[in-house]
Amino acid sequence: MYTQALNASESDERQVEDAVRNAAFQARIDDEERIEPNDWMPAGYRKTLTRQISQHAHSEIVGMLPEGNWITRAPSLRRKAALLAKVQDECGHGLYLYAAAETLGTSREELVDAMLAGKAKYSSIFNYPTLTWADIGTIGWLVDGAAIMNQIPLCRCSYGPYARAMIRVCKEESFHQRQGFEIMLTLCRGSEEQKAMAQDALERWWWPVLMMFGPPDKVSQHGDVSTKWKIKRFSNDELRQKFVDATVPQAKFLGLTIPDPALRQDADGHWRYSEIDWDEFKQVLAGNGPCNRDRMAARRKAHDEGAWVREAAAAFAEKRKPRHAAQAAE
Amino acid sequence: MATPTTPLWEVFIRSRNGLAHKHCGSLHACDATMALQAARDIFTRRGEGLSIWVVPSNAITASDPSEKGMMFEPAESKIYRHPTFYEIPEEVGHM
Repeated sequence: MYTQALNASESDERQVEDAVRNAAFQARIDDEERIEPNDWMPAGYRKTLTRQISQHAHSEIVGMLPEGNWITRAPSLRRKAALLAKVQDECGHGLYLYAAAETLGTSREELVDAMLAGKAKYSSIFNYPTLTWADIGTIGWLVDGAAIMNQIPLCRCSYGPYARAMIRVCKEESFHQRQGFEIMLTLCRGSEEQKAMAQDALERWWWPVLMMFGPPDKVSQHGDVSTKWKIKRFSNDELRQKFVDATVPQAKFLGLTIPDPALRQDADGHWRYSEIDWDEFKQVLAGNGPCNRDRMAARRKAHDEGAWVREAAAAFAEKRKPRHAAQAAE
Repeated sequence: MATPTTPLWEVFIRSRNGLAHKHCGSLHACDATMALQAARDIFTRRGEGLSIWVVPSNAITASDPSEKGMMFEPAESKIYRHPTFYEIPEEVGHM
């Protein structure tokens, strides 16, 4: 309390200093320089990225649940091996992303705890159920397809560790989309029932997938500053439009009908889609989607049931420490 | 309850014989054996490597980015360290 005056003047000085640093920082961004972990960065940049990268990581981890649901019921060994490899990839993506988020100064444990406590979000899409095998095809084709659309520009994100993680992720993600499309193609070339199953899955996933790109540009909270900092290269609506334009011909090839009677191609070549039900999006984000409670319960259960493994590994490492030290000394 | 933190490791992978190990990312593990196994699972699922190094992150000493100028600027002004600084008549040929 005796140093309040001192604090005030210090904070004034800091503001002046920060303005100078901020300008230098923005100049580096404008110059397309990459920002690395130990570089000075505005607190807002750090906070925005920690939020975005950790949410992205949580999404990869929670994203294993809807697909994991079908590993034991995949229709053939080939499909099962591919699905298992895909789910393993999602886990790997989560780990790359957690490592990138940690470079901003928050520990892995804090990030995971925030998710388990329900304080950190993950993508709304993983709160929908996988009712049939066709859902696995649709997730690969559309959910991973949308993710790729979103992640390719992130490979050029201004924050080095995030960009590098995205490059690895994108390399692997292409297999995911192709395996999904192949599942859909096989179903569509199969029996009437199989084709109906594919159509039903598309109908249930289409709108939630379009919501993955986030709120429309006119209401998005994070757009402006993320664009200025080159975290984001395209707006939500731009990416959504790109995705729709790429997907409509693929659906046509499969012989499936996109559940939007008003969908039409404009003279400029772009496919115009109907208004998205943003109330549903808000409800799912608020925790009221079909599977929110299930997903959180599954994550908490896995975390709790894995506690003994973490504890045993830590205890074992502790026990072996003197031996390692002795070996190193030899 | 605060969860205790698991040590961080930096992972280096040699992609082919004859190439150097290259940094490819980091991971958490309790000891070196587990770090190696995790590195295998996380970074080499598609034949990306023939050899892995794992190094405890806290064993790395890094240069300070704010002292970049002091560290690296002296090299920039010494253009005579580059072969292109020297003029060789064309008739001498490739050197």
